[in-house]
Amino acid sequence: MRDVLSLRGNHALLTRANPLAKFVAVFAVTLVLALSIDWVSASTALLAEFALFPLVGLTLRLLWQRGWPLILAAALGGWSTAILSADSGRTLLDVGIWSMSEGSLELGLGFMLRGLAIALPAVLLMSCTDPTDLADALAQKAKLPHRFVLGTLAAMRLVGLMAEEWQTIGMARRARGVGSHGSPLQRLRATLGQSFGLLVQAVRRASRLAVTMEARGFGGSERTWARESSYSLLDMWVLLGGALISAAAVLAAVAAGTWNFVF
Amino acid sequence: MPSSEAGAVRAAAVSARGWGWRHAGRTAQAVHGLDLDIAPGERVLLLGPSGAGKSTLLHALAGVLGGEDDADEAGSLLIDGARPQDSRGRAGLMQQDPETQVVLSRLGDDVAFGAENLAVPPRQIWARVHEAIDDVGLADFPLDHPTSALSGGQKQRLALAGILAMRPGLILLDEPTANLDPAGVLEVRDAVGRCLDKTGATLVVVEHRVSVWKDLVDRIVVLQPGSSSEPAVLLDGPPDAVLEQARDMLAAAGVWVPGYVPATRARTGAGTGAQTGAQTGARSETGTGELLLRADDLAVSRERPRRRGFKTIPPVPAQSGLSAEVIAGQALTITGPNGAGKSTFALTLAGLLAPVAGKVGAGVGLSNGAGSDPYTWKAQQLISRIGTVFQEPEHQFVTGRVLDELMFGPRHLGHGEERVDELLERLRLTHLVDANPYTLSGGEKRRLSVATVLAASPKVLVLDEPTFGQDANTWAELASFLSELLDAGTAVVSVTHDQEFSAVLGGTELRLDSAAAALAPGARQKAGAA
Repeated sequence: MRDVLSLRGNHALLTRANPLAKFVAVFAVTLVLALSIDWVSASTALLAEFALFPLVGLTLRLLWQRGWPLILAAALGGWSTAILSADSGRTLLDVGIWSMSEGSLELGLGFMLRGLAIALPAVLLMSCTDPTDLADALAQKAKLPHRFVLGTLAAMRLVGLMAEEWQTIGMARRARGVGSHGSPLQRLRATLGQSFGLLVQAVRRASRLAVTMEARGFGGSERTWARESSYSLLDMWVLLGGALISAAAVLAAVAAGTWNFVF
Repeated sequence: MPSSEAGAVRAAAVSARGWGWRHAGRTAQAVHGLDLDIAPGERVLLLGPSGAGKSTLLHALAGVLGGEDDADEAGSLLIDGARPQDSRGRAGLMQQDPETQVVLSRLGDDVAFGAENLAVPPRQIWARVHEAIDDVGLADFPLDHPTSALSGGQKQRLALAGILAMRPGLILLDEPTANLDPAGVLEVRDAVGRCLDKTGATLVVVEHRVSVWKDLVDRIVVLQPGSSSEPAVLLDGPPDAVLEQARDMLAAAGVWVPGYVPATRARTGAGTGAQTGAQTGARSETGTGELLLRADDLAVSRERPRRRGFKTIPPVPAQSGLSAEVIAGQALTITGPNGAGKSTFALTLAGLLAPVAGKVGAGVGLSNGAGSDPYTWKAQQLISRIGTVFQEPEHQFVTGRVLDELMFGPRHLGHGEERVDELLERLRLTHLVDANPYTLSGGEKRRLSVATVLAASPKVLVLDEPTFGQDANTWAELASFLSELLDAGTAVVSVTHDQEFSAVLGGTELRLDSAAAALAPGARQKAGAA
């Protein structure tokens, strides 16, 4: 099974920061950017985020490999906004019902940059945070119920397993004569059947995993933590960094006069 | 052996008095009137036919049966005088499926999990983790080793380490090696033996391959399905005495008694007296059978080409350079260690996976106008030509009733419904026609999955580990039935570790070595980290 969330080999500085501190910093930046659609605040934040790449062990190549759907989605969103939004300023392109003006281009560009700038912090967070460490921090520092946090963590391990199982069930059903050919209705029925098969297997696996966890004493009211989630000076810098990026984005946009509050 | 804490393990005693259990929603009791005493430090092998309540007893001892609302308990079942639910951490349970024995994604964290739940102070936990990992022989791996990269046998040993770190007085193993290859079975058995010698804990193991556990246990208890007239414990005593006394009875109940190979039908056709043991390429024996399928210089992988931005990257083959011929009325057995790509090769041969390189070609006699590449055939064209039986029968169930399950293929093809009755009869499924396939026993599911694939009358039958985890009776039926099919002209390709099984079928052996497999995990890890 391939572990999609594995962090192996990444020894960048921010892998050592507390996941909760990183989470709060990311939340702050995302929240501020969500308040305004303009290209100045978005590109200020984006520049700062790119500057963080070495600290989280991310490269442009890795970003493209992991996050290309996000990037394409942001580009597409920007492009359609540029074409379809209300025109203002000089018209740059006019093809039938589609037209692009300076105003709509600016809006589209802002839209695209904002999409990227909002999505990127989450990618940064996940590429330098091990899910187990995140769960530890959520349960020990944020005081979320440990049964819920650890249950979710254990279930996430099964997701990769389910992807493999989906492929196997698909083959097993083809070997029974259930094909993915035919009319849309037939295909839909075949997919529903395969989903049912997967559901049965998922429930079986989940109940066996639950027995395993219960047999290891999981579910008691008290537990200790072998990995203590702790804060360090680094986490201060992480929080400060998040605050700085947010503030810089707002100030730059206000100064440039592009800040436009969405609500 | 020095231990990190004083008084580390206190072996547990088990005592059952008239104990019975009825699962929620069932009318019959899974266990009825059980009287049993197990002294601290005893090692007990639990035997009995399916339905005797072995797993139920183990789950009850592990304290994980309590969750059912509407279940009935009778009598008492105690560990050291306390109810199992109230003795958290006194017993540790290992189940059959290695994938669900792992809880967390890093090796050290997974071992620590049980001890954390028992609120052991963190410093002691890590001492226990190191000791447990050492004891089960996984000390070569770093603590942050990804658990997903372990083999089945290693996962089971990891589970054992997780149990040991809880310092339980009672270790419960529920068919711990049924899903493992022969090397994995010994790995796990030996690790269990070492740990018991060291801790002195009590052991209760359920497993129907007696020879694996016989020398490690000092008592065998045979259970029988509960009823009001007979006691739940049929036999109880030292291994040799019980086996001597009840050898025939146990064999008749499908238990793999040491040294017993069930009688099977002998081949009469072209396959008899065939030599096996080809090293790398399968050579067909001299015979007049028609060539049905052939693989030329095949490279196989379960993974599809991956997208990386605009680039498409072909998968790393699990095995390459494979050539083989499948001939009517002859058996081809694919053997080799776990991870060598045996199943992947068989699935590619069966038209279910696309080859990474090389090709699979069907002879005219098999393709019958459908083109020479089985992977391009439509599902309906495939089933009347090549039938594939998967390792897990449930993966192949497509209806909610045994009879519909068997009629499914013939109905879609528009012919062959007359064969269904014969298959029902032959594979002893007649009394189950109205049952839901998911509710059958393991052996019944296996027989049904073979029957459903054969109902479409394929000329080539491909089986992936058909005898895994099967009792001796199902084994013998399956082997005899396949030998009949071979003599009737069907080609049988099987992936198996089971030498006795391939001896019954005869034919050619294709042995895959793990050279390519040894490269693949590293390469895959690299791909995963990128």
